[in-house]
Amino acid sequence: MVTEQDVVHIADLADIGIDFAELGIFTGQFNAILEYFDILDRVEGGGSFVFDLTNVMREDEAEPSLPQEEVLANAGAHEDGFIKAPRVM
Amino acid sequence: MVTRQITFEPDDRYHAFLTICQKAPHGDGKLAGIAVAVKDNISTQDIETTCASKILKGYVPPYDAHAVALLKKAGAAIAGKTNMDEFGMGTTTENSAFGPTLNPRDPARVPGGSSGGSAAAVAAGMVRMALGTDTGGSIRCPAAFCGIVGLKPTYGRVSRYGLIAYANSLEQIGPMAGTVSDVSLLMSVIAGYDRRDTTSYDRPYQHTPSAEIRGLKIGIPQEYFGAGVDSRIADVVRKAIDRLEELGATTVPCSIPSMEYALAAYYVTCTSEASSNLARFDGVRYGPAADTKKPWHDAFREVRRAGFGPEIRRRIMLGTFALSSGYYGKYYAKAQVARENVRRDFARILAGADVICGPTMPTIAFRFGEKSDPLSMYLSDILTVPVNLAGIPAISVPCGKVEGMPVGLQIMGRPFEDERVIDTAFAYEQAVTG
Repeated sequence: MVTEQDVVHIADLADIGIDFAELGIFTGQFNAILEYFDILDRVEGGGSFVFDLTNVMREDEAEPSLPQEEVLANAGAHEDGFIKAPRVM
Repeated sequence: MVTRQITFEPDDRYHAFLTICQKAPHGDGKLAGIAVAVKDNISTQDIETTCASKILKGYVPPYDAHAVALLKKAGAAIAGKTNMDEFGMGTTTENSAFGPTLNPRDPARVPGGSSGGSAAAVAAGMVRMALGTDTGGSIRCPAAFCGIVGLKPTYGRVSRYGLIAYANSLEQIGPMAGTVSDVSLLMSVIAGYDRRDTTSYDRPYQHTPSAEIRGLKIGIPQEYFGAGVDSRIADVVRKAIDRLEELGATTVPCSIPSMEYALAAYYVTCTSEASSNLARFDGVRYGPAADTKKPWHDAFREVRRAGFGPEIRRRIMLGTFALSSGYYGKYYAKAQVARENVRRDFARILAGADVICGPTMPTIAFRFGEKSDPLSMYLSDILTVPVNLAGIPAISVPCGKVEGMPVGLQIMGRPFEDERVIDTAFAYEQAVTG
């Protein structure tokens, strides 16, 4: 059972932005869905699997990349060839 | 290389397209001059690509997805970008931020989803073929609801490079068309190895469909005909399987016990992957801009609240929860065990049967607004998600009608035996269309 407080916490973790009006709806839906997910409690075992697979790594070779102006074309803001982001501190 | 162009000015009364390319250039090759529609979560150079989300409004990719580059190389004309459930999250195409697509067979009903625009464009005769993507049924469901053919290829067979990721471990780009032959033709163009997709497998597809299925063994899982499946659909699909038997196939009953928790395992897995994948949409590199004067979290939340629809926010939060400290073992870890059980169930059945047959969807296409509760919507994916968990190929081919609406026969096969799945569908199609 998740509470509205839990949903606010999850929304914060996910940086999703939530307001009071939707909180009750999301909380109700989450509880119905999570109750359904409880069926996974019937699955026996856990942990990890060993598959007969190995990672595929390519050589680290420099290749041509997209021109800077094309990459910046979709950015909201840029300055001196850098993408501008909101301040972190 | 491009020498010609086609004029593409369709009457889009069903809102199949988000972008229409009225002048579509094309080259030479086996798809020369054929108009192909591309789902809007597949990157197309110089053509807006939004995933039907406000958060990517105005985004114009500077490069082509590998599958799109292959289409162009084969001479296809990219006719436009098709509507979908936002980021592929949905079963009806009602979750598009730009309004729903209507089902050409009955405009009061949904076309299915999430590749609903691609299915409607084909079903309405606007294009001969289209690309869709299938994470939990998103090619097969709309193919079934709109009465066309759609293939979810074996995982790894078609490059995901340039597909805007929602749930990497489940999704594949695949072909949709009016006939099995055209699905096969399109598959022959898009399948093959691509070093830029680390899960790509070197298994090109060069196959001409054969209707010869004598001796084919078909597994019939009881779960595909049980509770929750409309009995009229079960009857139509059983008759289609009878037809395959008349063509020389034999059937064996079987069971997929892991179906009990497959849907929960699917939704835990896909929402978890989504919560990570969709973190990149922050208004910094693409889409409507974040306010750079505000602190990071405030700016980020503002963009994401305005840009993501309710289903996206729901799934990101569910996934964040499933992966959060204290819940990981209960949800994500268990879902991965369940997923392995599904894979093993299919491997066991497919050791004794060549293909597995059942309905694609448990019901016919819903009326608009018929399902508004998220959980009941998720439950309608029960017959399609096991295939994605197992990574195997599956096709939906029209096999009759209920209430005048199309019903899809789903044919599932062993990994990398997309050819056999195609042949079985082709045999059925040839037998009924004569």
